[in-house]
Amino acid sequence: MSSSVNIGSAQKMRIVVVGNGMVGHHFVDQLIQENAADNDTQLEVVVLSAEPRLAYDRVHLSEYFSGKTADELALTTPEYYQEHNIQFELSAKVVNINKLAKSVTTESGDVFEYDKLVLSTGSYPFVPPIPGNDQPHCLVYRTIEDLEDISASAAVSKVGVVVGGGLLGLEAANALKEAGLQTHVVEFAPQLMAVQVDGGGGRLLRSKIEALGVQVHTQKATQSIEAGDTCRYKMCFADGEVLETDMILFSAGIRPSDALAREFDLEIGERGGIVIDDQCLTSDKDIYAIGECALWNNFIYGLVAPGYTMARAAASHIVGGDLTFQGADMSTKLKLMGVEVGSIGDAHARTEGALCYTYENQPEEVYKKIVVDAEGKKLLGSVLIGDTSDYDTLLQYALNDIELPEKPESLILPAGAGDAPGLGADALPDTATICSCHNVSKGDIIEAVDQGACDVGSVKGCTKAATGCGGCAALLKSVVDSELEKRGVEVKKDICEHFAYSRQELFHLVKVGSIKSFDELVEKHGQGLGCEICKPAVGSIMASVWNDFILKPDHVSLQDTNDTYLGNMQKDGTYSIIPRIPGGEITPEKLIVIGEVGRDYKLYTKITGGQRIDLFGAKVEQLPEIWEKLINAGFETGHAYAKSLRTVKSCVGSTWCRYGVQDSVGQAIDLENRYKGLRAPHKIKFAVSGCTRECAEAQSKDIGVIATENGWNLYVCGNGGMKPRHADLFATDLDDETLVKYIDRVLMFYVRTADRLQRTSVWMENLEGGLEYLKQVVIEDSLGLGEELEAQMQNVVDTYQCEWKTAIENEQSRKRFRRFVNSDKSDLNIVFVEERDQIRPATEEEKKKLQAQSIEDADQLATEVV
Amino acid sequence: MTTQNDWISVCSDDDLVLNSGVCALVNDKEVAIFKMKTGSEDKVFAVSNWDPFGKANVLYRGLVGSVDGAEVIIAPLYKQRYNLTTGQCLDDESVKLTVYPVRVEQDKVLLQSAG
Repeated sequence: MSSSVNIGSAQKMRIVVVGNGMVGHHFVDQLIQENAADNDTQLEVVVLSAEPRLAYDRVHLSEYFSGKTADELALTTPEYYQEHNIQFELSAKVVNINKLAKSVTTESGDVFEYDKLVLSTGSYPFVPPIPGNDQPHCLVYRTIEDLEDISASAAVSKVGVVVGGGLLGLEAANALKEAGLQTHVVEFAPQLMAVQVDGGGGRLLRSKIEALGVQVHTQKATQSIEAGDTCRYKMCFADGEVLETDMILFSAGIRPSDALAREFDLEIGERGGIVIDDQCLTSDKDIYAIGECALWNNFIYGLVAPGYTMARAAASHIVGGDLTFQGADMSTKLKLMGVEVGSIGDAHARTEGALCYTYENQPEEVYKKIVVDAEGKKLLGSVLIGDTSDYDTLLQYALNDIELPEKPESLILPAGAGDAPGLGADALPDTATICSCHNVSKGDIIEAVDQGACDVGSVKGCTKAATGCGGCAALLKSVVDSELEKRGVEVKKDICEHFAYSRQELFHLVKVGSIKSFDELVEKHGQGLGCEICKPAVGSIMASVWNDFILKPDHVSLQDTNDTYLGNMQKDGTYSIIPRIPGGEITPEKLIVIGEVGRDYKLYTKITGGQRIDLFGAKVEQLPEIWEKLINAGFETGHAYAKSLRTVKSCVGSTWCRYGVQDSVGQAIDLENRYKGLRAPHKIKFAVSGCTRECAEAQSKDIGVIATENGWNLYVCGNGGMKPRHADLFATDLDDETLVKYIDRVLMFYVRTADRLQRTSVWMENLEGGLEYLKQVVIEDSLGLGEELEAQMQNVVDTYQCEWKTAIENEQSRKRFRRFVNSDKSDLNIVFVEERDQIRPATEEEKKKLQAQSIEDADQLATEVV
Repeated sequence: MTTQNDWISVCSDDDLVLNSGVCALVNDKEVAIFKMKTGSEDKVFAVSNWDPFGKANVLYRGLVGSVDGAEVIIAPLYKQRYNLTTGQCLDDESVKLTVYPVRVEQDKVLLQSAG
């Protein structure tokens, strides 16, 4: 495949990008934005990737072992590239650069000409030259193909060793642990993460990781890998000791993939890496290098954020912009196997005259150190193990040269010990980076607010801040709130004119004040008679807290029409009826009953998306009679009309399916029966899948449960519908009891704290601290609320009643379904016509026609009688 | 049904539901009747049951409430609000419900159906 270059009137510049890793893709994305912008530059982009798929998220690679698929790790899709006219070739390794002809050639012989060439070839894992390192179960950890190999090897192994105790090595160890192996880490240096963490932090990190069941061996130089006695292999160390293992994973650092550049005479650093300048240009003025293959100022940046900055600098230079690469901050905050680790700047206090403050709390396993300059004015670096809550504040001090407080130690001492000044949003300069994933500064946020964004959501929307790793969400909120306050915008949370409180506040007022009716609440805390906003909200809160029969005289006037009549009102005033079918499992007998009811009452029947059956066209006065029949046949209300648990969808699971690993139907039925009747700020949907094939689509649900070999993975806060959101993986390999405990806590916390009509997905997006915070509350019980939330849920479970059963047994409630208080007639405006052998509401036109017809018929009849 | 000075007795006070609505058929017209507790006294309102936006006879199934102190009914289908005393739609000034004079006398709900 060869193409010629058009230079001339069209002014098309052709850019060939070699490599489609995270950085390569980010670069392409910059060009797409450039093309979308309204300007004269027209760019033609060709992507050549040696890998068989487009860019994916290598940072979260270990999640492949906790159930994420290759598709979920993907950062882009072929459709996206096609849509933006990005030509791409997969499995197309470039083997030749012709700098004179300005073209590259792939392994299969295809030639691509370029105006500008961008090398984004990344790096490859360094495998130490140890005899025996080329055996079948000696692997590396970088690509999805590597993961597939590791999976396959793990399936036939019991013990696994990771060689390398750095950041990537620990990630890899996590992957082996997730795969169920007895895991060891072997490190040449005296400590783990020697680059980012000091000796003191390293000791604590080691003990925490060992407590998780991973054995750590430091100061070990592997000399050979031989056949094992109890395992497949035996690693022999220089000190004479040996370690038996079935597989070995090398993660001893990366080396830049610079072979191509080396072969075709681009300047290469002494220890590898393609030399680049501030524009990311190599020694050839038409060739750029970005990411881990590039060497800037004699340094290779092995993190994704600096790679992104290089991508932006190169893209900017190509289109004549002035963005440059000026080095990057290597500070990092992450969670390794659940252990929080933070490292900022000069963590080892190597700057001349640097002074350290250290705080260590052995019982709670927390280590914090800050490094300050000789004058004690500036923060140079920090190490945080076990608790990274101070990271954001410390990083802002370090990056913006903010003057330290008089007693710098107050920044890391526990609250109460010092004056612990939180760094307010106002203390930051406009240049301070708030979101490093998307490079959003405080100034960008101020600009967004000036242009009319007046809440966190809209600022996120127009700046992309806090939409990457989300780590800056809390900081973003405080900047936005502070800016709004400065502009005199009152951040109002009142639910409506009748209550000057948010839903969460109303919830507390009801609970703490033991308030049991709307009248009492409005008398004590509100005004007026209520409205369509506060009444259903209070009705829902009362139901969540006290779980009374919702049609009790005290509550009936609060319910929206669907709740009042326990059905879903359709456009013509008729109702639809959905009996509960837990887990979607139903006997033929029950199906027949539904069929008979549908036939006898001439209802339109349709299968819903939640694995149950909807019966449409029931008149209000028919509802009690229809429900009497359904209840006699063993059905219960499906709460389809309520803001409450709807359905727990399931696949057929291990009982029948040859791939299933757990009984998903049984689990779904148990969960549905537990949470049916739980009233919430909005509807709640669950699903349970019996294996990772995920046929029940659990990741699009508020609560998703996916079976694993060892138990259940729990996903939370997903959504389909108008604004789809993939659920977040919350916890893995849970037993039944823990699964229920976590769901109890998550749901009740949601019920307590969400706004009215806020689905779990939006609640999560707005929850300060996001997923991590929710995990702390639920798993670590950081608020000490766990048992209370469970008890409250248990109360809801214990007081469950089928509302339809109570309604038809109660004469007073049954009376409400009379169509007229003074007549047995029906609503004449309800008219059906037939379509596809079933009824549907007549249109206005059809009604007019039918009326005219009936008058004519009546006339004719009258004539005949006469 | 008895007539007395154009006031028609449509049902008993018992048939009404406090802070909610019922529907009566008066001279073949559907009338929505609401009873609301405002302060210490109960007030009764009657308006036409036809929802001009939803084009269905459903208003009696709406929520009652107040806007700036005035009693309103909120249509159950698309949530337009109507002043119960004047029938005026608060979300579209060109729309108004028919209002029927109504009172409760000795447990009887009496309604004046003009025309």
